[in-house]
Amino acid sequence: MIDFGVIAENVPAFWKGLQVTLLLLVITCASGFVLSIPLAVARVSPNPWLAKPVFLFTYVLRGTPLLVQMFMVYHGLAQFEAVRESIFWVALKSPWFCAWLVFTLNTTAYTTEIFAGALRATPSGELEAARSLGLTDGAMYRRILLPSALRRALPQYGNEVVMMMHATAIASTVTLVEITRVARDVYYNHLSAVESFGVAAAIYFVLTFSLAGLFKLAEKRFLRHLRPETSGAL
Amino acid sequence: MLHGYLPAILGGLQSTLSVAAVSLLVACVFGLVGAAAKLSASPAANAAALVYTTLIRGVPELVLMLLIFYGGQIAINALADRMGAGYIDINPFIAGTMTLGFIFGAFLTETFRGAVLAIPRGQTEAALAYGLTRGQVLRRITLPQMIRHAIPGFTNSWLVMLKASALVSIIGLDDMVHRASLAAAATRQPFTFYATIALIYLALTTISILALGWLERRYSLGVRKADFR
Repeated sequence: MIDFGVIAENVPAFWKGLQVTLLLLVITCASGFVLSIPLAVARVSPNPWLAKPVFLFTYVLRGTPLLVQMFMVYHGLAQFEAVRESIFWVALKSPWFCAWLVFTLNTTAYTTEIFAGALRATPSGELEAARSLGLTDGAMYRRILLPSALRRALPQYGNEVVMMMHATAIASTVTLVEITRVARDVYYNHLSAVESFGVAAAIYFVLTFSLAGLFKLAEKRFLRHLRPETSGAL
Repeated sequence: MLHGYLPAILGGLQSTLSVAAVSLLVACVFGLVGAAAKLSASPAANAAALVYTTLIRGVPELVLMLLIFYGGQIAINALADRMGAGYIDINPFIAGTMTLGFIFGAFLTETFRGAVLAIPRGQTEAALAYGLTRGQVLRRITLPQMIRHAIPGFTNSWLVMLKASALVSIIGLDDMVHRASLAAAATRQPFTFYATIALIYLALTTISILALGWLERRYSLGVRKADFR
């Protein structure tokens, strides 16, 4: 049934693929996180000149398939001579850069909406208290609103990171040799689905639940104040 | 327009829409069966549904699709071989829609389960006390109210599935993405064609959001919302 020889032979390839997947995930989530915070603040701003463009950005990116976005950037941009002759071409012809760019834009769109939702859920008392203490807008966001909103967003943000991990499989369509690409190569060499895609599925499965576990730990740490008091505690 | 490739792209749109529609039907069947299994009193059914939803949510759609498409092909041919039949080539349309339906059935399982649980127990008890049969309770009490609670989750799953349907081009289905790549290769204008289909997808999501939002308002007509003013 299952040929364990084929699996054993491809362990090094899958190990390398796993590293590529994780690297893609880390660089994407890092840049997405950094970009999402100012965008979320703009998204909830009462000023339509700030809020509307951010909404348009998240709406377009959330409304189109990631695969099509990837093809538009990786295959599409080469259509324009101006792009091919610009200094950006060094970066834009690299699949790594394109994958990072598209994944970052994509996760930024979803994360911005998550953070904006958490900001909107701020109890109005927190805002009033901060204002009455005479905090400036900057200090209010930095010290009160964002720390509390980011904590509230943690469970949903965890889901988004898992979704992003799954989305890195799309990088296999632009020649990056991550887990899914390794599985496709193994499949074409051995024509056996379980030893290729089955192994990949198992790796993703373990990754998913490891990430979910990490976020559960983070929730325990950062959302301690929201936990119901256990009986016995005073 | 589009160097004469517009009809080809629109043909691809038709195929994308039929993949999405058939997948949605399959997903609803899996979702209803899954929700029934999760809500049933049988521990075996509970466990089977739990394994189903957990496994599906732990693996990327693309990998599941490749696994089910190629694995299914091999399994069916092994079976056909044993029964003395010849080589069977699986139709990618059937494989694609079954796979997408199977995957999103797991998401709809949770949606439908939550929707059933959102209906107060007292209503079922009252209906049974009036002498309605279990089937009548399901048809007259549970299902009509479940729809209202299920629409937000359903909208979400449908949008994700519509976008995930772009992946069927990878297993060889002649959908809109595949048509766009053919046109892109022939005209050397990839951006034009991928941007065109991106706009079409955006239009499809917009229409879906508007239509399902209208449906939700219609099904919530009899419900008073909390007024915080």
